[in-house]
Amino acid sequence: MEDNKDPKENKRREFLKTLGIIGAAGASGAMALYFGQQFEKIKAGKKVRLLTVDNKVVEFENGELKEFKGTTEDFIARGREGLPGKSWVMVIDLAKCRNARKCISACQSAHHLRPEQYHINTLQMQDSELTSPYFMPKPCQHCDNPPCVSVCPVDATFKRTDGPVLIDNERCIGCRFCIAACPYSARIFNWFDPKDAEKFANDPYDIELNVPQKRGTVSKCLFSADRLRNDELPYCVSNCPNGVYYFGDKNDDAVTNGTTKETVRLSTLLKDNAAYRLMEELGQEPRVYYLPPKDRLFPFPEQENKNEDNHV
Amino acid sequence: MDEKTKSGIIHDLLKSVKLNNGFYLWMAFLSVSLVFCLTAYYQQLTTGLGVTGLRDYISWGMYISNFVFFVASSLIGMLISSVLGLTGQKWITPITRMAEIIAFAFAAVAGLVIVSDMGRPERLLNVFIHGRFQSPILWDVTVVTTYVMISLLLFIVPMVPDLAIAYNNRTDLPKWQRLLYKLLSLNWVGSKEQKDLLHKAIRILLILVIPVALAIHTVTSWLFAVTPRAGWNSTIFGPYFVTGAFVTGVASVIIAMYVFRKIYHLQDYIKEIHFDKIGKLLVLVSLVYLYFNINEFLVPGYKMPKHESITLHSLFNGGHAIMFWFVQLAGLVIPIFLLLLKKFRKPTPLLIIGIFVFIGAWLKRYLIVVPTQEHPFLPIQNVPQSYTFYQPTFTEICITLASFILVLIIVSVLAKVFPLIPIQETIDERNNKTESHEE
Repeated sequence: MEDNKDPKENKRREFLKTLGIIGAAGASGAMALYFGQQFEKIKAGKKVRLLTVDNKVVEFENGELKEFKGTTEDFIARGREGLPGKSWVMVIDLAKCRNARKCISACQSAHHLRPEQYHINTLQMQDSELTSPYFMPKPCQHCDNPPCVSVCPVDATFKRTDGPVLIDNERCIGCRFCIAACPYSARIFNWFDPKDAEKFANDPYDIELNVPQKRGTVSKCLFSADRLRNDELPYCVSNCPNGVYYFGDKNDDAVTNGTTKETVRLSTLLKDNAAYRLMEELGQEPRVYYLPPKDRLFPFPEQENKNEDNHV
Repeated sequence: MDEKTKSGIIHDLLKSVKLNNGFYLWMAFLSVSLVFCLTAYYQQLTTGLGVTGLRDYISWGMYISNFVFFVASSLIGMLISSVLGLTGQKWITPITRMAEIIAFAFAAVAGLVIVSDMGRPERLLNVFIHGRFQSPILWDVTVVTTYVMISLLLFIVPMVPDLAIAYNNRTDLPKWQRLLYKLLSLNWVGSKEQKDLLHKAIRILLILVIPVALAIHTVTSWLFAVTPRAGWNSTIFGPYFVTGAFVTGVASVIIAMYVFRKIYHLQDYIKEIHFDKIGKLLVLVSLVYLYFNINEFLVPGYKMPKHESITLHSLFNGGHAIMFWFVQLAGLVIPIFLLLLKKFRKPTPLLIIGIFVFIGAWLKRYLIVVPTQEHPFLPIQNVPQSYTFYQPTFTEICITLASFILVLIIVSVLAKVFPLIPIQETIDERNNKTESHEE
């Protein structure tokens, strides 16, 4: 997946400005690294010169150089603030979903999830006997009146000014009240050690990506808040092969299709297609709009969706 | 009243306070069982909550049911001491302290039970550091701790005169026990001033505990009722839970009455009349609870709205039907009918009925918590089969048992170390009776 590189790499540029404490030279405090786009391992005995932010050249030997991405505290501090002036919304065109499940795999690899752990899940729906079945991708609805946020006792899950509902797994106490409160079953829990827990154990925690995942805490769809910060479309949106997803800023009244990259007017799209929101009657004010599954030009499987089929 | 009877009462009621081999044996048994069960908790701590049968969809199970049950059982202290006490019911004298011990033990352990359900118990303090006022959990923590404190006070304060009596009369006890009595009796000599103060203090506590007790169980019910889920989204959950709590609590007191009467030989103090009275009390609270059950199930059952109907069907004639009808019939309807007859309000039949009600009440909490989550609004798909239903694991059962063992330990210790039946009140009451008789 070319456009799905390690998400953290994208932040490098931003953090080059910020501070790095490296090896013996770190005693002097902050230092920015600038030598190409790649990590470099320094072999024992080799000397390396680096330019610091205050134009001094420092030299050190031995040890391993690592990209400095920021501390957990930095990520949490900026992650709790919404991107100013933005109001993110998603539109899902049910007429186009063929259950390719590329959105799911892209999401799961970005968020270090196991195959049965979903931030977004594609459900096989049929509203009543005579109506047509259809596939419904179901991310977190990022409600404007989120019941999960109301019930959280420690402010671990929170609503950002630009729309997304995020979770701070450095604070979550694992009471799962939010899971009980969510009518969309959008939240999951790390019942065991998360996938590749040891590999990522020492990474700083990025609250906008909820990675590394942590045992005993809740996880959920984040509208790919880390990608939004870099003006990119969410993982699911940009990985859909069938043009199902539109994503954009309600304040601009514009949404972009993740497959065609075509940008359309949000209000027109919703109006022309009789868009609706899931379980509107519950009053949670979701931020995800659905376009009805009309004129689907592909066959639908006869079989009932089996639970074991679509994971692993 | 003659001096002999008074010293007789003191002698009888202080007989149990000396720690004997039977007690040590019982405590050893409880401690060993507790340690065994706590290894299960160690396993949960090191592996994660995945050792339970809980998964993403049914994420609250036995622990939360048990928590609700414990909070429910603790309400009995308020019902017996306050509601009945303040309305002038005299027959409750020998069981008030028992009720307070049960209330304190269940409420205190309820706090621990909820910790066992946490994915990150080491972050418990976050509730105080980052507490959000909007969350019912914060209200729950606040009122449960308050209730534990008031229940403890309601156990200790009315006992002050008895502790002085115990200190003066049982010079044979070990030093620590006498020191404990001396410290807690607060220099009680029984002067008029002291009596007035004590009376006032008890009265304030009795009144104070009523709103707090109502609050703890109402708030506990709101853990469910504030969510939009079908089956929990009910406006009567508060009173439904509170009335159910009285049923549970009365059943636990009946069991305690029977057991302590037997092992402490209290036949002269806890008489058949007391069983008769508490049997009637159980009928009363069960009838009220039945009324709420009818409202809770029949009203949505009449309309059968889409999402409620799925849960209701699983209860009425689906996967949970056996448990549901057992709870409703053996735990509620049949006891009501039987207890209307006098011969079932005798100690032994009442004990058996009490045990059924107690078990039914526990299962009832399970039926409130689990089935609703098995039927969320959106279908459960693309997950392992085990995610679609809930089956408690051995580990989970052990940890739940541990909480019951803890309650038993607290009840056993408090009922052993302190005089279980109020001595001064018993003496006063018999005095009054003789006086009015003489007049």
